[in-house]
Amino acid sequence: MNTAVQSRPLTRAARREARLQATAERVARLPLPESAGWLARAREAALDRLSAMGLPERRDEYWRFTDPAPLVAEAAAPADVFQITDEPLVFSGIDRLKLVFVDGVFDPAASDDLAAEGLEICRLAEAGQTDIHWAQDLYGTLEARGHQPVPRPLGALNSAMASDGLLIRATGKVSRPVSLIYSRKDPDADTSLHHVIRVEPGAEMTLLENGPVAARYSVVTEASIGAGGTLHHVRAQGRDHGRSGITHFYAQLAEEAVLKSFTLSANGRVLRNEAVIWLDGKGGSAHVAGAAMGDGAFHHDDTVFVTHGAPGCESRQVFKKVLRNGAVGVFQGKILVEQPAQLTDGYQISQSLLMDERSQFLAKPELEIYADDVKCSHGSTSGEIDDDQLFYLRARGVTEAEATNLLVLAFLSEALEEISREDLAEEIRVRLEGWLGRHRR
Amino acid sequence: MLEIKDLHVKLEEEDKAILKGVSLTVEAGKVHAIMGPNGSGKSTLSYVLSGRDGYEVTEGKALLEGKDLLEMEPEERAAAGLFLAFQYPVEIPGVGNMTFLRTAVNAQRKARGEEEMSSGEFLKAVRAKAKELKIDADMLKRPVNVGFSGGEKKRNEILQMAILEPRMCILDETDSGLDVDAMKLVSQGVNALRDAGRAFLVITHYQRLLDHIRPDVVHIMADGRIVKSGGPELALEVEKNGYADILAEVSA
Repeated sequence: MNTAVQSRPLTRAARREARLQATAERVARLPLPESAGWLARAREAALDRLSAMGLPERRDEYWRFTDPAPLVAEAAAPADVFQITDEPLVFSGIDRLKLVFVDGVFDPAASDDLAAEGLEICRLAEAGQTDIHWAQDLYGTLEARGHQPVPRPLGALNSAMASDGLLIRATGKVSRPVSLIYSRKDPDADTSLHHVIRVEPGAEMTLLENGPVAARYSVVTEASIGAGGTLHHVRAQGRDHGRSGITHFYAQLAEEAVLKSFTLSANGRVLRNEAVIWLDGKGGSAHVAGAAMGDGAFHHDDTVFVTHGAPGCESRQVFKKVLRNGAVGVFQGKILVEQPAQLTDGYQISQSLLMDERSQFLAKPELEIYADDVKCSHGSTSGEIDDDQLFYLRARGVTEAEATNLLVLAFLSEALEEISREDLAEEIRVRLEGWLGRHRR
Repeated sequence: MLEIKDLHVKLEEEDKAILKGVSLTVEAGKVHAIMGPNGSGKSTLSYVLSGRDGYEVTEGKALLEGKDLLEMEPEERAAAGLFLAFQYPVEIPGVGNMTFLRTAVNAQRKARGEEEMSSGEFLKAVRAKAKELKIDADMLKRPVNVGFSGGEKKRNEILQMAILEPRMCILDETDSGLDVDAMKLVSQGVNALRDAGRAFLVITHYQRLLDHIRPDVVHIMADGRIVKSGGPELALEVEKNGYADILAEVSA
């Protein structure tokens, strides 16, 4: 036969139809975790949201730089378990409340006692039947809010599918950091975790996260910070090379509330960290920062959306990436200043240090401002090690390798400054130095 | 100490000769000055000696205490005792001045097979030298040269020299951008380091600096060569009559 099949580009409506159809088929097959009560209802509602928007595709505005396929595919790619033997695990020098997950399942035996001063902690897997008003009002709520104006379907998928996680409420000044430790044993585990954090008015807590979670993972954190409350968040995402993951960190801040969040990412096949922040009350302050180190087959994406909804708030986004041997870094960051948010002070910087010509940095900085009395600045740069600086250090006797490391750390320092506790910053600095020692030119 | 023999240098990127046969010997304990008009090759000489990229030595030699400088990496030259005070000290945001100094001291010690300096010892040494140069604690804490005034940058160069205790010091237009008081301070810092085991090569446009740092020998450089050498009186002659007379006399 010589009849050729004419393939015509699909219309937008037809594409949307195809996407929703595929998503519906997928949703029908989803092995929803067993749950009851409020949690079962929240999962159903999340599925409805997912079905209405469909799973992400490469052509979507915020997925152009990162292929969602490995995160969306029905079967997760396995990833070798990486044993860290050459340095102490991050935060091991910090006095903290340890809460351990193994392959995405909370391990009470390996964890500290959940009863701690100033804290209420409950396991998501056991929460459905219990009335936990401070958590059930929040679960899925910020995720639902986060789809406007940009849909984040993988957040909804997580709310539907999360099999474990912790509900944490801080009612006072919590003395020790709450430390979530993710360890892996299974090279195939595909996991969704969902945490809810409520910081009551005037309360203060530090949340630490470390480890690679699973071969493929989705972690959602929904945080609500009451008036005058403070949440410090420091996260180190492990060193496993083959894993893929997506995280969503949603936070809403009431009057005078403070959020400081920092993420260290090294290695990983595909890693996307989304942060969605709302400054809802006067005088709030939100800082989101990240340092990413990529070598070779590494794709790292920071997607950040900060909404100023009230006057007199301040926000900072500081993202730095060091890329070599063909690694790819993505930054998509937005500051949205709504009409009531006069006297906003917004700052955004994203920078990459490219160690060779094969590595790539893709940046999409955005400002959208509807108030007339605001101060907002943003910048994005790609650069390499400065020859003059390198020569200056070498002329003083510092070897080329050591001088390069010093300059890389200097490049990352603005992001590290966003960690408010010096001992935590030092923990991160040690990992960066370790990485630099292992990945020489 | 420093022996330069018939040094020819061209730019790597273009076929342009900058140094066309420079010969010069600086003995231990001496201060030599190089003067010369713009574009004569003075700064190129300092860069080539310290090992900056972008230059190609086509002929000649440079020896530091008998060792071939041109075969060494910049950091090896520093560890061997060479120091260049930069005409334009480089700003390094994100690296604290103290961290920078300590890293440099210990890198050089390590290269020489010596023990690292303890932090107590190091702090004491830096504080003492910084005080002499009127460098306050805040300047030590700030990132290297970031937000420093021209004078502060030059004083910071001399501080590094005082801490690193090199044997051969090259000062590339250390007087540029300095007011009279700063020039005195910098000169005092240099003079305090003069001793029988250390030599200086002072590159400058003006005689002014040489009022404070008294040279033993003055060389005039023009078009990539040393065209005349003499005592301190040569600098005075330049100050009085400019370079034109000397150059005319040499080419005659």
